[in-house]
Amino acid sequence: MSALISYLIFPGFLFSLVVGGIGWWLERKFTARFQYRVGPPWYQTFFDIMKLFLKETIIPKGASKILFIISPLITLSAVIIFNFMLAEACFLDKSFVGDILVMLYLLIVPSLFIILGALSSRNPLALVGASREIKIMLSYEFVFIVSLIIIIIKSNGSLMLADIINNQLIHGMTLKSASGVIGFILALFYIQAKLGIVPFDAAEAEQEIMAGTIIEYSGPLLGFYRTAKTLLYFSLPLLVITLFGQVATSNPVYKYMALSGEYLIIILLISVIKNINPRLRVKEILTFFWFFLFPLGILGIILAIKGL
Amino acid sequence: MMGLKEKILTKSLWVFHASVGSCNNCDIEILDCLTPRFDIERFGIQLIGSIRHADVILVTGAMNKKALKRFKRVYAQAPKPCFIVAVGTCPCSMHMFKGSYSMQSPLDEIMPVDLYIPGCPPRPEAIIAGIAKLINKVTK
Repeated sequence: MSALISYLIFPGFLFSLVVGGIGWWLERKFTARFQYRVGPPWYQTFFDIMKLFLKETIIPKGASKILFIISPLITLSAVIIFNFMLAEACFLDKSFVGDILVMLYLLIVPSLFIILGALSSRNPLALVGASREIKIMLSYEFVFIVSLIIIIIKSNGSLMLADIINNQLIHGMTLKSASGVIGFILALFYIQAKLGIVPFDAAEAEQEIMAGTIIEYSGPLLGFYRTAKTLLYFSLPLLVITLFGQVATSNPVYKYMALSGEYLIIILLISVIKNINPRLRVKEILTFFWFFLFPLGILGIILAIKGL
Repeated sequence: MMGLKEKILTKSLWVFHASVGSCNNCDIEILDCLTPRFDIERFGIQLIGSIRHADVILVTGAMNKKALKRFKRVYAQAPKPCFIVAVGTCPCSMHMFKGSYSMQSPLDEIMPVDLYIPGCPPRPEAIIAGIAKLINKVTK
């Protein structure tokens, strides 16, 4: 019973949906304020999702029906499991050996099934979006693994999230060291690319290929994608906070205040990057990740081995 | 229960913009609604690119015979419930193109139109007032 509650309500699905929805709204609100606009009201993300579940679903003629329907469902379920595992390690101190590798795999599943869903929809624009998404995925997953290697070296080769947290509670947060800062920069750009926010949104580029990968989705199926993205707005910043910025305190009030403060800072950083950059082409994204961030990551690994 | 559904629907209207032979003035005025001065996103309204995500179709321009076939296909692709709004005098009443050899009839003789926003072009304030009227009409 308590397992079910922790899966569905706190710290699982419902809690992360509410926080993620507010996080997405904050990102939109910051964007609006950057452009001297008022911006949407705080409940906007929730109404967007609820509305989609009231609409009709259209399955395009000639599409691969099973794959088209099943990919949003698998995307959402993978993200829910990821959120549950992360939040349980973060709030309830439950963790198992190698859970960081499981999370890495679970994070690849959403992108993979968005690509498969787009390919099954038989729309040329979705095809373009899917091919772009594959290339962007190649660039950011690679850099995120480098960032994880830095973390694993810093926590003495442990693959357990609880060990990484405990290590930071003893020695102070990873962000205090030089290699930690480099890893944090890498992870920040990973969030940006994973969520498809502006410099890296070539796969869903609204002005060139309409909605790219999700162009043929409508109604509840689009709602599942949107819910998954809302959940990722909660869990990806939380993952970065857990890996890099765990505050060494035993008082729960201070802990939650520090967590929400760091969450706000990460959302703010994301929207600053979003608003001062134009959309990059796929080639530029690849160049940026492979020839700029990857050497930086190698430097970070060397610094981490030296113990800096 | 029916009222709740409409209330949720009108809190987040995603707008698809279909130009069926307009002179582009109405299109510019629609884009003006998104600028900082008018900021229509504060009502949850977004301009989207794919017809599959549309809740409202804004039609600008006098319906000509070539565009009619395409527009019917676009409307068939939209997930229902979906509202049609005629922006500008052209889709409302054909304006000065009435009786032209290449033009069809006004929009409401072809499609069920939910709202008319006359003007050549209508001001952004008029478009926002029109959207507010649409929300009132749907929720009642």
